[in-house]
Amino acid sequence: MSRKETVRDLEHSIIMGHIDSDDEGYDGMMEGTPGTMELVETALEEGIDPQDILTVFNEAMDQVGVKFESGEYLLPDMLASAECVGEAMEILEPKLAAGSGTGKGKFLIATVKGDLHDIGKNIVITMLKGAGYQVKDLGIDVPADDIVAAVREYQPDYVGLSALLTTTMIEMEHVVKKIREAGFNGVKIFIGGAPTSEEFARKIGADKHCRDAMDTIEKIEETRDVS
Amino acid sequence: MSDDAMEYREPLKVKPVERFSSSQIETVHRASMKLLAETGISCAGRTASEVYRAGGCRVEETKKESRTHWQVYFPTQLVEEILKLVPSRVVLGARDPKNTLLLDASSPSVYFGTGSEANVYLRSQLKKFSAEGGHTIQYPVFTEEPGSIKALCESAHLMQQLDQVDFFIRNVNIRDESVTPENKDVNVFFASLLHTSKHVQGGLTDPEALPAVIRMARLIGGGQEHLPISFIVCPIKSPLSMVADSSEKVISIARQKVPMVISSSPQGGSTAPIQEEGITAQINAEILAGIVLAQLAGPGAPVLYGSVPVRARLDTLHDCYGAPEFVRYAMDCAQMARWYGIPCYSSAGVGDAKRPGMQAMAEKLYSYLGTASAGAQYIHYAFGLLAGTNIFSPLQAVLDNASVRLAKDILRTADFDEEGVDAAVQEIQTAAAGSGMFVRGIRKQLRRNRVSHPYEFVSEDEEDRVFAMAQQKLDSYLAQEAEGLSEAVIRQVRGQIPGLLPIETWKGGSL
Ligand code: B12
Repeated sequence: MSRKETVRDLEHSIIMGHIDSDDEGYDGMMEGTPGTMELVETALEEGIDPQDILTVFNEAMDQVGVKFESGEYLLPDMLASAECVGEAMEILEPKLAAGSGTGKGKFLIATVKGDLHDIGKNIVITMLKGAGYQVKDLGIDVPADDIVAAVREYQPDYVGLSALLTTTMIEMEHVVKKIREAGFNGVKIFIGGAPTSEEFARKIGADKHCRDAMDTIEKIEETRDVS
Repeated sequence: MSDDAMEYREPLKVKPVERFSSSQIETVHRASMKLLAETGISCAGRTASEVYRAGGCRVEETKKESRTHWQVYFPTQLVEEILKLVPSRVVLGARDPKNTLLLDASSPSVYFGTGSEANVYLRSQLKKFSAEGGHTIQYPVFTEEPGSIKALCESAHLMQQLDQVDFFIRNVNIRDESVTPENKDVNVFFASLLHTSKHVQGGLTDPEALPAVIRMARLIGGGQEHLPISFIVCPIKSPLSMVADSSEKVISIARQKVPMVISSSPQGGSTAPIQEEGITAQINAEILAGIVLAQLAGPGAPVLYGSVPVRARLDTLHDCYGAPEFVRYAMDCAQMARWYGIPCYSSAGVGDAKRPGMQAMAEKLYSYLGTASAGAQYIHYAFGLLAGTNIFSPLQAVLDNASVRLAKDILRTADFDEEGVDAAVQEIQTAAAGSGMFVRGIRKQLRRNRVSHPYEFVSEDEEDRVFAMAQQKLDSYLAQEAEGLSEAVIRQVRGQIPGLLPIETWKGGSL
């Protein structure tokens, strides 16, 4: 296969959410053909620069975003594509020149103490990985102290907090306070979950409130542009 | 009094529509047993894992991210043995004994009630709108209000008066500043019991509040055998996990032998397979795991098979109630519950729409009909819910009351015998030989309650006046005095139950 063909196929496989050869892809016809995982390996074997592969990821996800916005793709389709990139990043990450990384940063995420809801959080994780962020998920019902300890250990650029109950959203305030008290003033704190709002984020000193996964991607890209 | 001699609230009797063939039921049962035996349930509660182990389940301790979990494996034979302990009849008491409910798994008799814990209370007011040419219509305008004790009281008072509401599940999340996790439960049950003499059901925020809530219910129930309250516990987090604090609630409520719903609410497409055979096999395994826990903790504890399967929206993965799957899933679960001989807690009548209107009406009507036709004994969510389960609208509840009445009237079983047919033949012969009219016969059937009424809110002229009439009805209900408790009982409850907050009624008084 020529390099050009590989790049084209890789981009197509991401758009089709075709993760590997066992998967049937967006149109149900792709089983048995190389998927994103195989094609990334091929691309690396052919000597394509990892940085260029990253560009393919971004361009493919841009197209997927357009398809979602126009209504051609449903959320499961977009998540399938994001999952392709997320998984492929695991292969690509170590190959990227040290220091250059993806440049996008590390995102630590948790559902706060007392709350077990995680569907929304999990969607956000898939999308963030699909956009090239490194995500560490602490799970559900996570006490403030555990979150602070994890911030210390992983040194993330972003912390994301999720809460779906009016009783647990209050816990977010404690977490924000504890993170700041521990001296992590540079880390950007994102919050989300149905009962939260922009106003609430401001009140508790969080940096961003995100309505949904797409909003999260837009706002995180904004903060990167600014910095 | 024995349960047979008691008077119960009249249910809707149906001839159940069954979607699964008997071999499909058995296949789903086997699939659930396979999940329970091979994958098991990941249980986060230490006490629950001990109860399971002592009861004969294989339990393995595992650690994930410094947290301990217990993987519980269920031998099929054990599950099948334990299911034999589950009572097939559950009686739910009420302050007014005439509102007592009998849920009998062998009888597809259906009750409808409220549900959810909506964060938003939607007030409505009629306004006149005019267009060119002198045309005017009346249409409601709405204001959103955060849930509060006052709103919960108002809603319980309204549900007391809506004739199709058979039971009251606290439907508004009380978000007043004075409400704390410790005092929330007593206040929810007190506000509800004060305003309705129908059966009251709710969750338990704080397991420590259980004795106080039961004591209060005893005082208010006034020495009746069956408490006027019961509980809902959702110990499951789909797929196949069990939550620590809720599993402990299951254990303590089961030990008290107070009726309890054991529910699971997977979302087809996000936390369960979207296809019906997949979600049914999974939710069935999850509910049975919860029921096994209750029976091990309190053998013979009265439980309901709490099935709340919903479907995910395809654009956001939020919960979606207007999709036909919501009804199909519910019907499938009702059939599984009947097969096990356990009364079924089910759901119908939630609008995805954010405001009352045609969308909400369409979404609700089909689901009342479908779910009730399957013979689920206890259908919650049925009144006033919009925006998924996030908004409670009193106006919508009045509209829903009219819709549920229609659905019930369509579904009621054909209850005639040979004598009835003979009488009809005679009536036809007489009319055919005489006037050709059957008008006299109407009166007889009316007296026997066998003639249905058309939709409640009909208009004589061209204007659709549904909203105007429903709002008037709502306003008149709210103007009624509450059928409250006696001063003496209120004083007694306030004297004995700590944590009760002052209750300000929506009419300006306080209790
Ligand atoms: C599914 C669900 C459950 C499932 C959870 C399954 C799971 N794996 O998460 C189960 C059945 C386990 C459950 C349990 C309970 N639930 Co519940 N649940 C829901 C439901 C129906 C949907 C939530 C959901 O997943 N939405 C879909 C996702 C995609 O949306 P989302 O979460 O908002 O996420 C998006 C954005 O908010 C944002 N986002 C979210 N998090 C984050 C984080 C970051 C960092 C960012 C940037 C963005 C972001 O992006 C997401 C993707 O677009 C809601 C109703 C509702 N409509 O909200 C009730 C609801 C939240 N539950 C409720 C209740 C009461 C409970 C229980 C207490 C029930 C009970 N009586 O036992 C328990 C609580 C357990 C606990 N301690 O947490 C109430 C809460 C009311 C309140 N008090 O505030 C609700 C509102 C239902 C109701 N009206 O009664 N629940």
